[in-house]
Amino acid sequence: MPHDTLFAEVTDPANRANPYPLYARLREKPVSRQSDGSYVVSTHAAIRSLIFDPRLSSEDLPPSQRPPTGNPFKDWIVNPIKNRVVNAHRPLIFRDPPDHDTLRGIVIEQFTIPRVRGVHREVEGIVGDLIDKVRGRSEICLVEDFSYPLPVMVICRLLGVPEEDEEQFQKWATVLATALEPDSRGDEKQRHATATAFDAISDYMRGLIREKRKNPADDMLSGLANPESGKPAMGDVDLIASAILLLVAGHETTVNLITNGMLTLIRHPQELERLREDPERAPRLIEELLRYEPPVHFRTRKALGDIDIAGITIPAGASIVLLFAAGNRDPARFTDPDRFDPDREDNQHFGFGGGLHYCLGAPLARIETEIALNALVRRLVAPRLLEDPPPYRPGASLRGPEKLGIGIERIA
Amino acid sequence: MSPDEPGIVVVGASLAGLRGAEALRRGGYAGPLTLVGDEPHAPYDRPPLSKHVLAGELRPDATALPHLADLDATWRLGQPAVGLDRSARVLRLADGVELRYEKLLIATGAQARPWPVTDGSGPLPSGIHTLRSRDDAAALRIALAAGPKRVLIVGGGLIGCEAASCCRDLGLAVTLADPNPTPLARILGSLIGSVIVSCMNTAGVDFRPGTHVEAFEADASGRVCRARLKDGAAIETDCVIVALGATRDTSWLAEAGLNADAGGLTCDSACRALDSEGRPAPGLYAAGDVARCPSPFYGGRLVAFEHWGNAVAQAGHAARNMLANDDDQRAYRHLPSFWSSQFGINIKGVGLADGADAVAVVQGSRASRRFLAVYGREGRAIAAISFDQARWLPAYAERIEAGAAFPPILGATDQSIKDFGAPDFPEPRSR
Repeated sequence: MPHDTLFAEVTDPANRANPYPLYARLREKPVSRQSDGSYVVSTHAAIRSLIFDPRLSSEDLPPSQRPPTGNPFKDWIVNPIKNRVVNAHRPLIFRDPPDHDTLRGIVIEQFTIPRVRGVHREVEGIVGDLIDKVRGRSEICLVEDFSYPLPVMVICRLLGVPEEDEEQFQKWATVLATALEPDSRGDEKQRHATATAFDAISDYMRGLIREKRKNPADDMLSGLANPESGKPAMGDVDLIASAILLLVAGHETTVNLITNGMLTLIRHPQELERLREDPERAPRLIEELLRYEPPVHFRTRKALGDIDIAGITIPAGASIVLLFAAGNRDPARFTDPDRFDPDREDNQHFGFGGGLHYCLGAPLARIETEIALNALVRRLVAPRLLEDPPPYRPGASLRGPEKLGIGIERIA
Repeated sequence: MSPDEPGIVVVGASLAGLRGAEALRRGGYAGPLTLVGDEPHAPYDRPPLSKHVLAGELRPDATALPHLADLDATWRLGQPAVGLDRSARVLRLADGVELRYEKLLIATGAQARPWPVTDGSGPLPSGIHTLRSRDDAAALRIALAAGPKRVLIVGGGLIGCEAASCCRDLGLAVTLADPNPTPLARILGSLIGSVIVSCMNTAGVDFRPGTHVEAFEADASGRVCRARLKDGAAIETDCVIVALGATRDTSWLAEAGLNADAGGLTCDSACRALDSEGRPAPGLYAAGDVARCPSPFYGGRLVAFEHWGNAVAQAGHAARNMLANDDDQRAYRHLPSFWSSQFGINIKGVGLADGADAVAVVQGSRASRRFLAVYGREGRAIAAISFDQARWLPAYAERIEAGAAFPPILGATDQSIKDFGAPDFPEPRSR
């Protein structure tokens, strides 16, 4: 297999269950030009250097395109305007400084300590309820029954979305999550579906923001919609984009982390047993999980200038793939990198990315995963995998099992 | 090594002394180790003194430095070194104790440059402070907590600016008098220093550029009440902070036949102290603020850095060379870096900006007070400074170390490079 088509192999669904041998091949060149003209960065050192390089841009999303409706007024006037508005107001994950920094600062301000503590109690409640629901069954699908519903419920409560609308949110989140998948962005049908869901959720959010302005509550959306005077504030379009981002970016990523967590624990029964005996091991275990089976395998960037790195020059305008999951398994940085070892010291992984786009929701994801895994190992008695490897969703970046069938003796 | 062997003595028990001693132990040195300090306190950290301690957020005695290695050392604190006999390899302390040494690490640091007292000007009034040591900070904190009517800060360097920022946070009226057109003019030039002027205006600091304080007047109780300026004007003040930079007290080395003065102790690139003939003095090393070494990034120019990071790195390097053979003395290569926090802004810099002939804002803008600027000299990048943009600094540091052309990184996000010019440094001051 030639080196310059290795990344095409990574995106091939046939390699989804175990992309790590391909990553090892890719790491033979820290930065390798692929036949499609993109540059894949796969060693820990090269990724680390590039995430702190000011010439990397995240503004590489193709422009929005709403589907034709047959209504000329909509197709020729309304939708082009909407497209332009949205193109000018992307969520901060697709923005560069200085706008990115301003927006991120405003959002972070809403992740207050009392709010995150409050989430702790909420998550415990939701996790308990979800496990109670499968009582009496001997087989469960961890994704469908547990990891998929949990993150959306949590983010809805944090944002202040009424409980009765959570189901609708699940649906929107599913469609919109694919918009974060770099290899599906070019697909026209996919983009139409994304635009439709985006319009629907935008309209919903607009209404909810109006409501939060009338009746502010102690939730993030109320905080974002009613900024303190003198503090930086964002316009409504950015506010909607940020709210949608929190929903989407916190959704499938957390689903993956929890599902990969349980999959990895069942594959390493000793570690599962140790966690059951000592729930305090969870934080270390989750860090190792973020290294070993990260929820996001790569993100793409664009080079704004020529970048000399590892003996080659990435030309201005080139697309750059930061292959975080390969850096996480780099033997030059981690001893015995293919071993799952929660006792690993100095675990500087890229499980939450890095640099200025480092995952905003990392503290939330850690809390959710800790509570979820601790509850699962305590309450699922004698769990075993019904299928190993499990079937994976198509995405190569937001990589995770589509289903995870687990056989159990009972629910404790 | 037998117990009566003299072993290694470290003179100076601040950051460089402590980290140097630790590096010796980590490097495998198992012999006797003595640390000598002029202050009675165990090693403490200075950066918080002009920030959290003045603001009252941290007690002065809560600044002790953590020990990163088991030292198993003899401590002689509160005893300044007063003399060095190189031929006998003996260090003399103020209490008369004589310490024999096999090797000596000199890390005696620097002192705040005091207000110059000339004959005939009489004793200095009370209420005039400097800010360098833990005791300085404790005394100043008490003075500020008492609510002076107006604090006058003389000198707009890093310490003066940080103190001004703290005083405004405490709600105190502050005047900062500086002979230059802007604060930080000496280290950053006035083009960048102008950003601090705008911060001071917003924060309500009365910044007086081009102002020379000549003398202080006391009230009947001997307390300062007024500063007299060179142009004949006066500033009413009841609390003065003299922030005129630092000097090295190397007077204890006067008879040692070394190359030492108020600017530091001259060393070679391996951190070995040089004698008056310019030869490395056997067994004698220096690190931290006192060490004046040739900098490989600045054409071998002799510089004594007053930076936290340099104290740690240079002490580690000197320790390494102290344990190495004579034919394995490695050169110290360190791109200097510093940070400051003032007026809610995190300032970080790398390299030596003074001597630059050009400066360009390469990311962000001065108007937003969030930016990264690069300094150039003869077409090469030599230094970079960031205001609330520190994350990009390592990328620029790497280019500066590589001797990249100026400006070094093109095509960065938030880059327009419309704002560039001469850095506008003041004339070098006469010592």
